Amino acid sequence: MRGKENREKLIQLFLLTIALSAISILALISIFIFTEGLPIMFRHGFKKFLFSLDWYPSEGYFGLLPMIIGSLLVTAGAMVIGVPLGLAGAIYLTQFSSKKVRNLVKPMIELLAGIPSVVYGFIGVVILVPFVRENFGGPGFSVFTASIILGIMILPTILSISIDSLMALPPSYREGSIALGATQWQTVRMVLLPAARSGIIASLILGLGRAVGETMAVIMIAGNATALPRSILDPVRTLTSNIALEMGYVSGEHRQALFATGVILFIIIMILNTMANLTSKRMAS
Amino acid sequence: MIINDSKLKKKAQFFLFGISFVVYFSILCLSCYLKPAQKGITIAGSTSIQPFADQWAEVFMSRFPEKVVNVQGGGSSAGVQAAITGASQIGMSSRELKPEEKVLTEFIVAWDGLVIIVHPSNPVDNLSLEEVRKIFAGEIISWKEVGGFAKTIHVVTREEGSGTRVAFQEMVMGQRRITKKAIVQDSNGTVREVVANDPYAIGYISLGLVEGRVKAIRLDGLEPSVENIVEKKYRLVRPFILVTNSVPHGIVQDFIQFILSEEGQNLIQKQGLIPARLVKKGQSKEE
Repeated sequence: MRGKENREKLIQLFLLTIALSAISILALISIFIFTEGLPIMFRHGFKKFLFSLDWYPSEGYFGLLPMIIGSLLVTAGAMVIGVPLGLAGAIYLTQFSSKKVRNLVKPMIELLAGIPSVVYGFIGVVILVPFVRENFGGPGFSVFTASIILGIMILPTILSISIDSLMALPPSYREGSIALGATQWQTVRMVLLPAARSGIIASLILGLGRAVGETMAVIMIAGNATALPRSILDPVRTLTSNIALEMGYVSGEHRQALFATGVILFIIIMILNTMANLTSKRMAS
Repeated sequence: MIINDSKLKKKAQFFLFGISFVVYFSILCLSCYLKPAQKGITIAGSTSIQPFADQWAEVFMSRFPEKVVNVQGGGSSAGVQAAITGASQIGMSSRELKPEEKVLTEFIVAWDGLVIIVHPSNPVDNLSLEEVRKIFAGEIISWKEVGGFAKTIHVVTREEGSGTRVAFQEMVMGQRRITKKAIVQDSNGTVREVVANDPYAIGYISLGLVEGRVKAIRLDGLEPSVENIVEKKYRLVRPFILVTNSVPHGIVQDFIQFILSEEGQNLIQKQGLIPARLVKKGQSKEE
């Protein structure tokens, strides 16, 4: 009997170590980014980093405002495209389609998530960029193009998690609502979506996270200009692409400035996550 | 009993997995501390030089199989840094060394022309240096101003810190800045790709990479050709430099000697680079 207990404790300890190591990795990364990025921000002042439009790192100008706005614009654009498509798809596949169609379509959409981002970027460059340039104007590398590609990239995340949360609802919700005389659409709108909202919001948060963090595809199709975009057809640079583009060459202050970019990205993601969590809590209560 | 048995089995399996994971992990950690056996040299730096260095290394190693050369990218600045710290035995730089980097021993191994490129359908085929400067500074914004379509010019440049960009900045822009509205691409190849697909784009790449899908612009009437560079007419020329942090010896010396030998130089001439001996140093600075 005692041997069994000991074994149990050992397993517990072992799992605890693994759980702690995951957290410690997160802690290490945060500490590293902040110790590398914060000193330069203190030296030049936060205002210069956050509100200056000039990014000339070799001359000592480190204004990140265009990239901050760029990241937000591209992410917002991706959500505008990805969320309605993802939600509508999830609603159709769970409520209106036959089981056969669902079993066929869902895995196919989930396959989209397995396509490497460089492939999305490549397709964007070869097909979408010329299309946008010829039909909408501008150089083709733009907020608009990046939003479309990112919207498609976050689609599988939103769709499959929303489907799972809609499917997880007890069938009695739907049956009860229909029995009371509600139409199918009324049932979806007034009963099922509110009941599944925590899962749906989780899917949006994950989609948001992917859109903010995506780097490769965005570098390839957003154009990476450091000027503030004046329209959605202008090129734009995001925080992630700023780091990845210039990482290979940097030394000294320029390198620290890229870590500072990482700090700001970190903070933005924290803010977005907290906001999303708060909304979902408020909606739940 | 049977149920208990299978439970036990599962636990045992789990344990085995756990133990093997720990063992694997500690081996991984240990291996970080073990020095890899010293085998040959590393050459790192400029991504513009890297493809040529790959070729040199390949032929060099087929000649001397016991002498191993590892080629890595990373960019000019990283390459110079690596040579200073000793992380790699040879650094590659496609820009001139900064004064504080002059502690290194330099070898110019080739010369590269910088070519302004546009789409083949663009009627413009000659620009003055001043016009190029104004286009990249964002002052000339329509092709019409230089005799082309009435369309906005799409300026394509390289990322901050790139050796090609630094060379372009020094030789063309001088004190002027490249416009912030320029599209930024992170390699010669992607710049060429963008220009090859966009009728209104302009960019700059290495002479060796110009091909039929883009049109090379004549600068002040001069064709960017090997002949014009050797005759000191075409001025956008930059050195490809290898650096070492001491007088080279052993494999490093053999490799650099091979690169500067006739065979090594012929190898790159076929690719559109200009052999080191054909151009005198300092020519690119002549204005």
